[in-house]
Amino acid sequence: MSGIVAFGAYVPRLRLQRQAVFAATGWFNPALKTLAKGERAMARWDEDAVTMAAEAARDCLAGVDRGDITKVMLASTSLPFADRQNAGIVKEALNLADAVGTMDVTGSQRAGASALIDALQGSATSGPVLCVASERRRARPGSEAEMINGDAAAAILVGPGEPLARLVASYSIAVDFIDHFRSADKDFDYAWESRWAREEGYLKHAPAAVRGVLERAELTPADVDRFIMPAPMRGVHEAVAKACGIASEAVADPLEATLGDCGAAQPLLMLARALAVAKPKERLLVIGFGQGCDALLLEVARTAPATPDKLGVDGWLSRRKAETNYIKHLFFSGLIDLERGMRAEADQKTALTALYRNRKAVLGLVGGRCSKTGVVQFPRSEISVAQNDRAVGTQEDYPLADRRARIVTHTADNLTYTPEPPDYYGMIEFDGGGRMVTEFADVEAADVDVGKPMRMMFRIKAFDERRGFRKYFWKAVPDYLAPSGQ
Amino acid sequence: MASGIRDKVAILGMGCARFGERWQDDAEHLMVEAFQECLADAAIDVTQIDAAWLSVGFDAMNIGPSGIPLAMALRLPNVAVTKVENYCASGTEAFRGAVYAVASGACDIALAMGVEKLKDTGYGGLPVRSRGTMFDMVGVTGSAPGNFAQVASAYRAKHGVSREDLKRAMAHVSVKSHANGAKNPKAHLRKPISEEQAINAPMIAEPLGLYDCCGVSDGAACAIVTTPDIAHGLGKHALVTVKALALSVSNGWELQGMGWDGSYFHTTRIAARAAYHEAGIRNPRQEISLMEVHDCFSITELVTMEDLGISAEGNAVRDVLDGLFDADGAIPCQIDGGLKCFGHPIGASGLRMIYENYLQLLGRAGDRQRSTPPAYGLSHNLGGMPNQNVSAVAIVGLL
Repeated sequence: MSGIVAFGAYVPRLRLQRQAVFAATGWFNPALKTLAKGERAMARWDEDAVTMAAEAARDCLAGVDRGDITKVMLASTSLPFADRQNAGIVKEALNLADAVGTMDVTGSQRAGASALIDALQGSATSGPVLCVASERRRARPGSEAEMINGDAAAAILVGPGEPLARLVASYSIAVDFIDHFRSADKDFDYAWESRWAREEGYLKHAPAAVRGVLERAELTPADVDRFIMPAPMRGVHEAVAKACGIASEAVADPLEATLGDCGAAQPLLMLARALAVAKPKERLLVIGFGQGCDALLLEVARTAPATPDKLGVDGWLSRRKAETNYIKHLFFSGLIDLERGMRAEADQKTALTALYRNRKAVLGLVGGRCSKTGVVQFPRSEISVAQNDRAVGTQEDYPLADRRARIVTHTADNLTYTPEPPDYYGMIEFDGGGRMVTEFADVEAADVDVGKPMRMMFRIKAFDERRGFRKYFWKAVPDYLAPSGQ
Repeated sequence: MASGIRDKVAILGMGCARFGERWQDDAEHLMVEAFQECLADAAIDVTQIDAAWLSVGFDAMNIGPSGIPLAMALRLPNVAVTKVENYCASGTEAFRGAVYAVASGACDIALAMGVEKLKDTGYGGLPVRSRGTMFDMVGVTGSAPGNFAQVASAYRAKHGVSREDLKRAMAHVSVKSHANGAKNPKAHLRKPISEEQAINAPMIAEPLGLYDCCGVSDGAACAIVTTPDIAHGLGKHALVTVKALALSVSNGWELQGMGWDGSYFHTTRIAARAAYHEAGIRNPRQEISLMEVHDCFSITELVTMEDLGISAEGNAVRDVLDGLFDADGAIPCQIDGGLKCFGHPIGASGLRMIYENYLQLLGRAGDRQRSTPPAYGLSHNLGGMPNQNVSAVAIVGLL
């Protein structure tokens, strides 16, 4: 039997306070006041759909053998590369074998749900498929979308074995209903009147998909225990449930107050949250909307085991820092150009040949372990760093990304250029050996001290603005899995 | 067994340009300024120079590649010029090249010149530069203060020193160097500061404030060296000779191995041991009476006192606060102002340190002359960053 075997999520730590957005833009667009409540997840400057996808995948794969994963799918409408497979970067970050399929799924807010259907339908024969959906959504300053959107990622591992949930039926409708669009050469969405989108789009296509999937499953609306539908406009999920005859108690929280709407990732985020608490036999109905509608009906097979080594949606949501500086959000999103000084002019060109040669170290944080002495180091080298045995050619791959580390040295640098000064960095040492100097992300001054536990996260190291490239590498963040951690 | 360099090479003359923001001057002017002084001191003609070594820290700016800029600036008689770069230890590296050439007998008279024209970047601090394709993908492009500030974090953790106590000791290091620099007409920064100013200065890289950081300067310094016999033959009587020259380069252990705790400079300890052995010094705290160390940051100078074996491990804070390294202390350190106030034109700094020791040994240091001329002058010239560096220790003394 095949089905969902693991799930995970990632939510960036910063939460933009909607009141702060309104305080800055309400003079221009007073109507935003109705949305100026709660908070939304906001990516840091060094996070994008790829980095968040990698983190959600790591959350999903905690305790899971990655060796037999056959495919990585990445669904998003905010992928950083138009021609360089983004799922392929996630594959490298996860240090998966090269003999694995990768696929970007994009073009619609429905991409996440569509990818999941594809994974569930295809995995029975191919082996485990990692389906990740991730969005870092940009919106024009002062727009409703800026209030509504959120940045986050979810990952669902589908495969053979004893599933947590299995697919009972799916149903898809494709209709070129353009409530909004974003052409390939534009930064922002162009949206039509929301009342029309609600009445003629959501309230017609979603119920049709719900009816279709229930019919295929030979079930009734009363059989739905959890109705999982994002709400990019207020109350639309409840209206659809009502129109379909699904009980209001079954309607899942679309997380608009705490997370925001994370586009293609939202259905998977909500599903990951539901799976964490779902009980056997419960039926989950997942809706993905966008130029039509996808509906997935899942039946829970067993309760998800307790996993101390992952956070899940609620765990990530509680790892938060309120951000009240709207300008910071604009700067992190590239929507305002602050004076960065000459140090920011340093050329960030990447030698693609060198990146390819060293891709395991750079993208996968794979170090070396001397097979003779057991000494671990980063990066690996021809001759071991061990002082007492300079063994030649003995290094074997040694992944460090999931190892906990502790701070050995640190500083907070106000002189070097970083988009969020000061630049915290220092030397860290991994449990089990190996050390490196790296930047610290998501830290406050109090988090940084010799001996403090850290964990690694896949982040953007720098942007090569001249060539439109971005460098990815690993940074250390306070150990979010520590009992007393954040 | 190597016989070492002790007393095989004498300094025939030295020169040093005024360090500072030399907005009007190119590297050429700086080199000529230092060289004219040096040549007059050596009392030889330029045509007597057999070979030259040129040190520059920042390759891409300044004078560009090769030894040609030195040969052109000084109109050298088409002799060999070797350009060297070893981070901020480049100056001592040039000196080492010239000294070893003379010691080997390959040439009679050799020139070491260090120069740096830093104030053409358009911004303060050292220029941002690549450290190679791999580093640029996985390394941290932090500033120099950020790299060295980390030593303070580890030193505090290791020795249980409070931030306040360390800040106060670091402030004392800088206050002392400012007082010394004020007496030096060639120094870049010539204003005394108070401990309070140092402690309350704007933060550059935690815990290093503005006054914990050395000046970034334009400048040049040079030495002409020969054998003691030739020097005597040229009419020189009081001779300063090279007692030891040691250089230790990180092999990655601090950065990649396990065991280094980040609180000290592994290479300095190695270089210091080698230099003391070569010079025949058994008890540095008793025998060394004058030091010019690489005080790129106050914390560097502080821990270097331990790495050089002058202060016992964990005792540098106390020795600094006791005034041991002040101008009127038992072992003055940076009596010329140091990198902190004389300035830090990268390629020239190692030679500038030797220049001060040379003047003090000969009793020619003007207002800042030690009343009792020292037996030895030690210079410590460090390049790179604490976890990956080049450390040079040079000891000179009267023959």
